[in-house]
Amino acid sequence: MRDLTLCGLKQALENRTYTSAEIVGAYREAYSQDRSHAKPLNAYIEFFADSLDHAREADALREQGKGGLLNGLPLAVKDNIMIRGKEATCASRILKGFTAPYSATVIERLQAQGALFLGRTNMDEFAMGSSCEYSCYGPARNPVNRDYAPGGSSGGSACAVAARLAPCALGSDTGGSVRLPASFCGIYGLKPSYGTLSRYGLIAYGSSLDQIGILARSPEDIALVLQAAAGVDPKDGTSAETAFPDLYPLAPLEFKGRKIALVKEFTEKGVDSEVHEITKRFAGWLKKQGAEVVDISLPVLHYAVPCYYIIAPAEASSNLARFDGVQYGYRDEAAHSLEEMYVSTRTKGFGTEVKRRVFIGNYVLSSGYYDAYYKKAQAVRSLLSRECQKLFTDIDFMLSPTAPVPPFPLGSKVDDPLAMYATDMCTTFANLTGLPALSLPAAMTKSGLPVGVQLTGAMFSERSILQAALSWRKSGESI
Amino acid sequence: MKYDVIIGCEVHVQLLTRSKAFCSCPNNFGGAPNSRVCPRCLGLPGSLPVPNRDMISSAIKAGLALHCKIAELTKFDRKNYMYPDLPKAYQISQFDMPVCAGGYLEVTADGQSRKIGIIRVHMEEDAGKNIHAQGGLNMSYVDYNRAGTPLLEIVSEPDIRSAEEAVNYVQSLREIMRFLDVSDCNMEEGSLRCDANINLWIYEDEKRFATPIVEVKNMNSFKAMKSALEYEAERQLDEWREKHLTLQAVGKTTRGWNDDRGETVLQRMKEEAADYRYFPEPDIKPISISQNLIKQIKQSIPELPEQKRGRFVQDYGIAQEAAEALTQSKALCDYFEEAARGYQEPKRIANWILSEVKKLLNEKQMSIEQFPVPARQVTELLRIVDAGTISGKIAKDVFAEMAASRKSAAELVETKGLAQISDTGELEDVVEKIIRENPSTVADFKAGKQKALQHLMGQIMNATKGKANPQVTIRLIKAKISGN
Repeated sequence: MRDLTLCGLKQALENRTYTSAEIVGAYREAYSQDRSHAKPLNAYIEFFADSLDHAREADALREQGKGGLLNGLPLAVKDNIMIRGKEATCASRILKGFTAPYSATVIERLQAQGALFLGRTNMDEFAMGSSCEYSCYGPARNPVNRDYAPGGSSGGSACAVAARLAPCALGSDTGGSVRLPASFCGIYGLKPSYGTLSRYGLIAYGSSLDQIGILARSPEDIALVLQAAAGVDPKDGTSAETAFPDLYPLAPLEFKGRKIALVKEFTEKGVDSEVHEITKRFAGWLKKQGAEVVDISLPVLHYAVPCYYIIAPAEASSNLARFDGVQYGYRDEAAHSLEEMYVSTRTKGFGTEVKRRVFIGNYVLSSGYYDAYYKKAQAVRSLLSRECQKLFTDIDFMLSPTAPVPPFPLGSKVDDPLAMYATDMCTTFANLTGLPALSLPAAMTKSGLPVGVQLTGAMFSERSILQAALSWRKSGESI
Repeated sequence: MKYDVIIGCEVHVQLLTRSKAFCSCPNNFGGAPNSRVCPRCLGLPGSLPVPNRDMISSAIKAGLALHCKIAELTKFDRKNYMYPDLPKAYQISQFDMPVCAGGYLEVTADGQSRKIGIIRVHMEEDAGKNIHAQGGLNMSYVDYNRAGTPLLEIVSEPDIRSAEEAVNYVQSLREIMRFLDVSDCNMEEGSLRCDANINLWIYEDEKRFATPIVEVKNMNSFKAMKSALEYEAERQLDEWREKHLTLQAVGKTTRGWNDDRGETVLQRMKEEAADYRYFPEPDIKPISISQNLIKQIKQSIPELPEQKRGRFVQDYGIAQEAAEALTQSKALCDYFEEAARGYQEPKRIANWILSEVKKLLNEKQMSIEQFPVPARQVTELLRIVDAGTISGKIAKDVFAEMAASRKSAAELVETKGLAQISDTGELEDVVEKIIRENPSTVADFKAGKQKALQHLMGQIMNATKGKANPQVTIRLIKAKISGN
């Protein structure tokens, strides 16, 4: 049963093959079993005790002939998306014990369609990281090889889906945090266009870059969830008017007449040769489908990562300043003065990588440095957006590796922030420009690790990106 | 020594929008602590601000009234600093693209009218309030009711040249904001707050020296403002004489006004100035303001005090001082105009309002909006006086009675039998009787003593309970005595 995709489960529920309670029970059972494994995956921070109750409610609704698009279908949710009454901690000590007093808009919309939530998934603290190792709950593992990192920051979500501990999961993607773990775990992961999914109730990291993303084993699953959750939200002033009312069921893409650009900047220097080879092979498959594949160069892409590592920390330094021990979350009660409380609470509450980015952010926004860093980064960002916009008037998709490297062993990069940042080489530009991008499982390396490729499209071209991915999945060449 | 006082004001006014700046919580004053809060104004994780349209309209309205240029594109920025009353640890404000800029306000001081430049008007949110436990308890609390309340910050050019002018500037500003219904500008409740930057330009040896700029805070009333700025100008002058410190050498410091001690106290040196690390608020898209919207808002702007004053002097022929007194509030203006409508002598209406109405308002501690006598009743009362039915003196008593009983002038005059006795037949009997009973006074009158007439009048008024028509009575007395 757990081998079924989300859409498969939807069919099974509709055909009365399974009940929602049976499905949730199976996931719960698998979760329990994994916990007694010598190297548990640690995908979930918490598996919700009440998920079975919700499953039974959904089953009852179905009996009455009622229920929405997602009735009785379970999803896992990253620990930075708020579900009312559940903890939401961003895998940070500073938010341990914080119970969400309201639900994210995306959660409400999915619930309105009958979805239920299995649990909250592990992540890099405050979504800062590329390996899911910077978590106060310990790292998640890659289900393909448990000594490897699942990628980050939505590592728990990717791990849960790949290990069939959930059919589908929500993540968040600020610089690649959905796509990179999808790539490392061999599944599909979409970062929608900026504004497609409301950010209301997503605990902010880099507000101008953050998007909730969807991870699943099939592009159709992503389409189903996207359709239910997308659309303008009056609670989020940056949400877009665009909705996707009839994405599901999804049809494969007709590649004839489609133009796909293979970007030089993401294919040569800094890219692992095996990853490069796999990307080339994928380009070859696209050609076989009738698409035109062109080599292009967009030099400004070289600046995407440095630009990202100025803007994201700048916004983060401001977004995370509210975690000060005053209203909620962790407070060092031993402090004797206000300043001591601030310093001690934040020193003990935040992990090393979060502190590093808060420092960077405060530095680049400081008077005297603002022009040289933040302002320049914004200029680069504008240039990048203009160049990409221009590019997408001529092409349909951009093809690149998702990550420049295959999955790496746990512990191999945790003490080397620059190496960790470099894994974001091909993903950050989509956040800086707002473009939708999807990682799809392309092939396995010789040592048996998954490698993904990334398709990026014009703003709000989610449908054709997902259609292209569906064609790939149906081709049988997919892993 | 020749010197100029240079003052610029930063005024914060709280807007009267129905909801807060970036959430839908009610925007009221007071209430139980933390009773008007939501995830947004508490800055809870995951919450996002959505700007209140009415706040933007109010800002544009204020900007237009201050002759500002309205930005075609405006944006919000984050001002970052940590304090427990600031729930997000940043204030949503506007940094380099304020909604309005480059205006002026005409201010009168010392009988001279001058234009004070307005650098900018921008929108921002207010913080909550820290409450420190009393009675030796080592505890503090935060009330976030005020957090997220919409404010306008209005920054003047350093065009103000005296403490008096600064006070007049803020008063004029308050008057305009009230006329626009943008803010109630209540200094006690904190819906109008003013900080001032002040220094001196000292002319010595044919050179001009600027003393260090001081930002004066904590001026909680107009009186405090005047005292604080006068004190600070003095202090700077003394300091100059003593130390010759210039702006270039010292920079800007912050001092707080201590009302009890009557002095300003150093709060912060330039080196301690906070770095707010401003950057564009990524949660709110930049806002374009259409010409159409500006036009609409322009049309909604009522006649402002300055214009009203001119028109009152011109059209109603009332004195400048009376016009100034009447234009203190829009409601008072409306009351006057309503009462003056169709009345041949508007000046008398103005005088009546400024004396009788004001007197009652003061006695009853109420505003003109709460005053129970409708404006048209003032007109009616004066018409009754004009007709000679009652005297001006009786009218004052009648008016007080009208305010107390909410009865109309005519009704009171009728039911209380207050109408003057103008009927000669009826009066003749009284006059004859009094003349008969006061032979010595009559003799005095005949001898040319004016006081005698007054004495007789008094007797007659007593006898008629003040209802005798004075003109008719005098005529009768004179006729009776000379006729004898």
